Amino acid sequence: MPRLIKQGAIVEDQWQPPDPEGSPASNQQILSLQQWLALDDKSGRAVQLEPGETPDPLFEHLAEIPLVAINFPLFMDGRGFSYARELRERGYNGELRACGQFLRDQMTYLHRVGFDAFQMADESGLEEALASLEDFSEHYQAAIDQPLPLFRRRG
Amino acid sequence: MYVYDEYDQTIVDQRVTQFRGQTERFLAGKLSEAEFLPLRLQNGLYIQRLAPMLRIAVPYGLLNSTQLRKLAEITRTFDKGYAHISTRQNIQINWPRLEEVPDILEHLASVQMHAIQTSGNCIRNTTTDQYAGVATDELEDPRPYCEIIRQWSTLHPEFAFLPRKFKIAVCGTTEDRAAIRAHDIGVELVTNTSDEIGFKILAGGGLGRTPVIGAVICEWLEKKHLLTYLEAIMRVYNQYGRRDNKYKARIKILVKAMGVDAFREAVEQEWAVLKDGPTTLTTGEIERAKTFFTEPAYLALDDSQARSALKTQADADPVFANWVKRNTEEHRVAGYRIVNLSLKATGFAPGDVTDTQLEVVADLADQYAFGEIRTTHLQNLVLADVQMDQLYSLWQQLQKVGLATANNGYLTDMICCPGGDYCSLANAKSIPVAEAIQSRFSDLDYLYDLGPIELNISGCMNACGHHHIGHIGILGVDKKGEEFYQVCLGGSQSKDASIGKILGPSFRQEDMPDVIEKILAVYLELRTEDETFLDTYRRVGIEPYKERVYAKAH
Repeated sequence: MPRLIKQGAIVEDQWQPPDPEGSPASNQQILSLQQWLALDDKSGRAVQLEPGETPDPLFEHLAEIPLVAINFPLFMDGRGFSYARELRERGYNGELRACGQFLRDQMTYLHRVGFDAFQMADESGLEEALASLEDFSEHYQAAIDQPLPLFRRRG
Repeated sequence: MYVYDEYDQTIVDQRVTQFRGQTERFLAGKLSEAEFLPLRLQNGLYIQRLAPMLRIAVPYGLLNSTQLRKLAEITRTFDKGYAHISTRQNIQINWPRLEEVPDILEHLASVQMHAIQTSGNCIRNTTTDQYAGVATDELEDPRPYCEIIRQWSTLHPEFAFLPRKFKIAVCGTTEDRAAIRAHDIGVELVTNTSDEIGFKILAGGGLGRTPVIGAVICEWLEKKHLLTYLEAIMRVYNQYGRRDNKYKARIKILVKAMGVDAFREAVEQEWAVLKDGPTTLTTGEIERAKTFFTEPAYLALDDSQARSALKTQADADPVFANWVKRNTEEHRVAGYRIVNLSLKATGFAPGDVTDTQLEVVADLADQYAFGEIRTTHLQNLVLADVQMDQLYSLWQQLQKVGLATANNGYLTDMICCPGGDYCSLANAKSIPVAEAIQSRFSDLDYLYDLGPIELNISGCMNACGHHHIGHIGILGVDKKGEEFYQVCLGGSQSKDASIGKILGPSFRQEDMPDVIEKILAVYLELRTEDETFLDTYRRVGIEPYKERVYAKAH
């Protein structure tokens, strides 16, 4: 079973990756946005956003979505950082998973904007990626991991 | 100026450690060229034509003498003994070794400096007026807000992988010396109808291939909303800015495509979510930021006495008198002057400064100017607080190290990018063109007669030399492998900002001094009394210049 980082630990994945062309094999399969939008009953179903698919359609259903995956097909494309924050700021509490080609060097930023799960294209880098979460102990900005900016916390 | 506390220091130190690890992984082959690229860029490191180039951040152009000495030491230890002031008030060194860059960053961190986000598709160094805090026409000192923006934008988790680079400038004066209309976001301190100071926010300005003057997105914003509003703009840009074509990826293209009104509406929608949230500035934070930019210990001086003493010295030494007239400016405080140190001496690349000069300037800053130095986007240095009665001895010492060229604001005080001599993006060299023009027009009487002229040179369309907004702009172009130069006229970077108009077909490098001479001759013939170069151009248009420059030789 594929592994990923979830809430600070390396665990086995309980979900199957999306298959945008096929029909979903089970309720444990992540859906493409198209597939997810087509569902009448969306409760308990996971969805993956690609760059260019803004999260607005999800806003009404945040309470019933267990997992939103945001794909980074190119690590330089930073749209997913805003998508993640938009979801968390609107109260999404389920799993928020980064997947694709992101680098361990982006882990701090990903974690700060609200991702709590990280599925790397190359699983052999998971331990190092986990270590990268410790790169910075302090931050200036308010974000999802630390809702107060430094200027509200400075002694 | 701003002083780090343990939080600031921790962030900068941890960034150095992170980059050291990244450099080691790259050198060990564990990080590919493509993966290392944005990581090194966001730490200021370019790989250039001849060697790497490191761009060191000088937040809003402010340095203390300790930092200047450290920079001198760095250029001597790790480079070739000189540095270059960039048009974004940063400092570049052109010959560092890749494997030594983490050490250089560690040296910088030891004096509260860094190279974070001086390059890459992220929010860059915030720039401002080089006369901030001492200008006579200032509504409010912009530097506390620059520092607030610096902290907010430093390692911002959401905006480190934008479609393209992003530049913010702040100004608080009647005359705009920070070119805020040519920035992705321009922030201007303004009063509203009830005389309360807030911000006017402009967006979508920029140079490069498609030069655009920024549009007003918000006429007046209450101070506490500064960061949430900026964040809303960034978020619209990060999600909707084009990523398919790097030449269409700047925010100016998005603002144009959406239209200013639709863009503003999208920003307001995002802002509705962020407004009044935790990022809203507190009065305490604004006050804290202001405490770092309080007045130095000025002496209570008698202004008329200081002026008459200065006049006596000036009358006795016309060369000094001329320098005072050209290179110093009125100061807000009685008995003081602002002093410009020209880095535009003929025979030296514009904006270059040696390690020895840096050290001398550090000493002079300690002796005459409360230990503070500023860099300018015109690629010069400034000592902002000099007593009038000390100008003479300061000038004598500046002369000894070649920093007293009296050309501030004149033709030879040109903006010039490093160009094809250093930069791998350049289509053509720019430094030799600058030098040829400086040599041709070295006669000071002629220069002063021409009056204020901004001549800006870029070696390619990325426009680091701001050629579009020079009164005279020169752009290096590649014509079938040969270096040619296009000329544009009538640009301006002030509040009456305008984009220059292309004169016509481009010229060979050796013809450039003649071309400039013809343009200047037309101005001298057509000007009415008191008209500057730009005034005359705006009155008569481009045709007379075109006719003269492209006239068939007899």
